[in-house]
Amino acid sequence: MKTTTGREDLLRGVWRENPVLVQLLGLCPALAVTNTVANSLAMGLATFFVLMGSSLLVSSLKGVIPHEVRISAYILIIATFVTIADMVLAAVVPDIHKALGAFIALIVVNCMILGRQEAFASKRPVGRALLDAAGTGVGFVVAMLLMGTVREVLGNGSLLGVPVLGSGYEPWVVMILPPGGFFTLGFILLGFAWWRGRAEERPAVREWPHGVRTSTRKEAA
Amino acid sequence: MNERLPTGSGRQDDAQGRGGGRVGDGATGGVLPDGPPSWRLLSTLAVAGALAGLLLVLVFQATDPAIQAHRARVLAEAVHEVLGGPERYETLFLIDGRFTAEPGGADTTGLDRVYLGYGTDERPLGLAIEGGEPGFQDVIRLIFGYDPGTGRVLGMKVLESKETPGLGDKIEKDSAFVRIFRGARTPLFGVKRDRATGADGEVELITGATISSRAIVDIINHRVEELDVELRTFWDPRAAGGGAP
Repeated sequence: MKTTTGREDLLRGVWRENPVLVQLLGLCPALAVTNTVANSLAMGLATFFVLMGSSLLVSSLKGVIPHEVRISAYILIIATFVTIADMVLAAVVPDIHKALGAFIALIVVNCMILGRQEAFASKRPVGRALLDAAGTGVGFVVAMLLMGTVREVLGNGSLLGVPVLGSGYEPWVVMILPPGGFFTLGFILLGFAWWRGRAEERPAVREWPHGVRTSTRKEAA
Repeated sequence: MNERLPTGSGRQDDAQGRGGGRVGDGATGGVLPDGPPSWRLLSTLAVAGALAGLLLVLVFQATDPAIQAHRARVLAEAVHEVLGGPERYETLFLIDGRFTAEPGGADTTGLDRVYLGYGTDERPLGLAIEGGEPGFQDVIRLIFGYDPGTGRVLGMKVLESKETPGLGDKIEKDSAFVRIFRGARTPLFGVKRDRATGADGEVELITGATISSRAIVDIINHRVEELDVELRTFWDPRAAGGGAP
């Protein structure tokens, strides 16, 4: 098991191992409910809450849950938090809850969440598990917001319901329909992969005049 | 074969357990490698399930009032809108072919119901009736105001629809379309724009949302047809007694 620092646990999920943009997990909500920024944000926060709650419980109960029934136990824990999120959203923001529909309940089967429990929270101390969950959750919210912003601005000419492109703009309705989700995700993944590829091609050490050498990588080896 | 890895990597552990089981089959008769006894596995899940259930009941009790209040508010607003602003309204339940405001302690869940709106000086304005049928994407649910005396629709509001944004959702967002229903005589009939004649009860279907807008027309027609007799039996004596509404 590779040892990591708390900072790495937190930041890993946000960018370098972003659940949606790099690991390609949680694509179902990323495609289905990102037609507006408000929906994306609500979905992102609900998932964040479930991830934090599940990681906390799974990590604190790792000595109690028998290895043989761990997956059932994780699903039970995740489903409980999802149902709580579902009821709270229905009570607090009924309109957004209506727009998200069945996708709230489907957070249960988001493999990003189960993946973090099985791969990380079930083997690490509570603090680390929470850092990891927070990082992954923020990474998911970031990806959802990226999708939601592109789709709402192009598809509806607005941002969070406020018109931003003027009345002369004819919205690309396709962007808020399902095909728009695929287009947007495709282009974002393409851009992300290209950017990562460029970063990796850079030489690790840069030679300056007078023999000065500096690292060009943020994460020093 | 009983050697087990500590709870490290799940995958390795599984492979080890399975491989060991197969080798030892002859000797142990297929008994699983040693692990916690079944009762412990069962009781862990049972206790976890019970705790989860308890937690959910608590959250449900905390959030249910807000959810119900929201539902009632949405319905009240809708009834208000489709009846043209009644002073108050009451719920009528359809029991044995009759509309009654007092269900007499009967279980009202699942009963067909309409909402009777009163204007000033307790004059009945009309009834708000809910209905739902498949549209283009999913079931469209709506509520409409109806005057059984004249057979005219008083107003229409979509309660729930998943119609295509930008096209099908014009059935609720296009105010010109929603306005057509105010005062239209039933049975309604939908026509495409180029065939419109301006006849009473004619509903001009939305270009690009023909199926969605035709569904609205159908829902209203079907509900009026379905409840026609009951609505008349309920309405006529009142209208005769209290003057034409």
